[in-house]
Amino acid sequence: MWLRRQGCLRPAGCGVEELRRRRREREAALRKARREQQLISKRLLRDDAPEEGEGGCVAVILGQAEIQQFLQLAQRGTEEKERGRALVSLRRGLQHPETQQTFIWLEGSMRTLVGLLTSNQALLQLEAARCLHELSHSEQSAVAEACLPATSYLLTYLSGHSSDFISPHVTVLEALGYALSQLLQAKEAPEKIIPSVLGSTLPQHMLQLLQPGPKLNFGVAVEFAWCLHYITCSQVNNALLITHGALSTLGLLLLDLAGAVQRTEDAGLELLACPVLRCLSNLLTEAAVGAVGEQMQLRDERVVAALFILLQFFLQKQPSLLPEGLWLLNNLTANSPSFCTSLLSLDLIEPLLQLLPVSNVVSLLVLTVLCNVAEKGPAYCQHLWPGPLLCSLLGTLAFSDTEVVGQSLELLQLLFLYRPEAAQAFLQQSGLQALERHEKEAQLQDRVHALQQTALHS
Amino acid sequence: MQLPPAVHARLAGGPGAAEPLPVERSPKAGAVPFRFTARQVRFPREHEFFEDGDVQRHLYLQDVLTQVAGAPERPRVPEFTCQVAGCCQVFDALEDYEHHYHTLHRNVCSFCKRAFPSGHLLDIHILEWHDSLFQILSERQNMYQCLVEGCTEKFKTSKDRKDHLVRRHLYPADFRFDKPKKNMSPATPRATVQVSAEALGAEGEQVEGDAMEVCSEPAGERHTAGRRIPPTICFGQGASRGFKSTKKRNKHQ
Repeated sequence: MWLRRQGCLRPAGCGVEELRRRRREREAALRKARREQQLISKRLLRDDAPEEGEGGCVAVILGQAEIQQFLQLAQRGTEEKERGRALVSLRRGLQHPETQQTFIWLEGSMRTLVGLLTSNQALLQLEAARCLHELSHSEQSAVAEACLPATSYLLTYLSGHSSDFISPHVTVLEALGYALSQLLQAKEAPEKIIPSVLGSTLPQHMLQLLQPGPKLNFGVAVEFAWCLHYITCSQVNNALLITHGALSTLGLLLLDLAGAVQRTEDAGLELLACPVLRCLSNLLTEAAVGAVGEQMQLRDERVVAALFILLQFFLQKQPSLLPEGLWLLNNLTANSPSFCTSLLSLDLIEPLLQLLPVSNVVSLLVLTVLCNVAEKGPAYCQHLWPGPLLCSLLGTLAFSDTEVVGQSLELLQLLFLYRPEAAQAFLQQSGLQALERHEKEAQLQDRVHALQQTALHS
Repeated sequence: MQLPPAVHARLAGGPGAAEPLPVERSPKAGAVPFRFTARQVRFPREHEFFEDGDVQRHLYLQDVLTQVAGAPERPRVPEFTCQVAGCCQVFDALEDYEHHYHTLHRNVCSFCKRAFPSGHLLDIHILEWHDSLFQILSERQNMYQCLVEGCTEKFKTSKDRKDHLVRRHLYPADFRFDKPKKNMSPATPRATVQVSAEALGAEGEQVEGDAMEVCSEPAGERHTAGRRIPPTICFGQGASRGFKSTKKRNKHQ
């Protein structure tokens, strides 16, 4: 639903340049908000929403009696359209924080809404999902929390249908995932909300909704993948997620995404790829990984192949996600001789080097991954030289960023240590001059000197 | 970025890990003044590393939510009727019909005609309501299974199960998936047209009393004509209910 609608919203008479300008402004505003720790402010999600798309929809404060009236009409009205209109009126009211408060404190209101979310009438279900959306925008966590108890029930009801792609059900599932993701971003989420979510069967439901295959609905998966990300990066109890098979589910999903990229179905794939990469990366750092059975771990070499296909995709469509992909690559290779071997046997060193010019952050990560490979010893370095690596390193030594140069020096040390012939080649390619330029740099000089010595004595 | 063909071939291949090359480290590696150690990294929620991805996510949400708030475009078609025997519901939008069919006709119990949200819940219903062995077995062991997939608890009575659903899985307190078998006596048989907002099979829950109970009257016990709601008005909720039949169910496809 989300993606089908993308591109439908074009304010009338708006040129491409104008749209780009607005997008840049919005992006800048979001960056600023995030740095001020305000990104979760739901207000931001609505601030820029122009009135054009809504036809003059204005948030209205509704009192208790009015809310009750609308709910009753929605529940027991005689005509479906009339019932739908009651929900539309309710939704407009729910755009206002006061109405939200009144709603959640009104007895039976959530219950009624939940009932409507499982209505056997499509229109009502859709409108109820919109009301849920409004509620999940609330700044007050009490409101979002009021939605939580119904989640397990709704997921049981709705996931029975996930294979049918029934539009209203899918809409409700997405709304639910979105509501949950809002809840999980609250400041108090790690202490209060996440433990209770982890203690329920929600994680299993969520993972089920992320299983690749014909039943996977993209929009639903996006919302629940973000939920999973907010849970994992809060580091409350990731071991539990691992015992539920999170690593293998997400690994398979990654393979699926790479497959979709290959089929050039790229409409917004990065929206799902991002949270999946983050979850995998964070989960891999858990000690629990070593403690679970074989099939719960992540050892499949295809994950490396998939990741590179995604990196190639990011390079073209969304370069800002390259660091996140490389972060996963680091976590895969750091302690795994097998994954390091895969990088070599699949000939992925050269593609990796092609990413060096992108940005300093990317260069640093690429060099770190290469260090992960090199530090495993001579058998690995044999595959690193002869090859394009040395030439690339001479290039990165010319970068101005100290950290990038520093990491290049680390890699050179490992290379010279395990593959002494490389040091000779380095000399022959004017390596010493490349090093000299950094002799005065405080953070680098000790390492520069050490390398100069090694090279000269090789 | 050029990827060797082996990569695409590998993705299409079977699962498996690479046989690792032998690892052999020297103590000089990463020794002072060098400092490299291969190490996994984790980032907490607020880390600036996530800034770009978070901003993209929010841009997407801003776009989407503006659309969600708008009125739904619903393509209309010439009116048509549901073709399932006994159902006379009329539609003018395919989406509505699709929804109606899947919610009311898809997972239907062939004994009592009740419709359920999923095959899983239908299976449980048949087991508990139409299997003569079930009652016998449940006297000796816990047979009422938790309705949430992934939870392996079983209970002696359906009330115990309900308590578990409420306590453990945070279901609404007045929620009822199953109906107690005792008879309810509704004041008057209401036209059920206006009260079927609830999920079926999710029988009951939000609306007090009502059509659910009227519909759930066991056919064998109350034959008063005035109380039987004809199926056509009941949106397929089912008027009659067979008991203890041992016929195999016949799932609608």
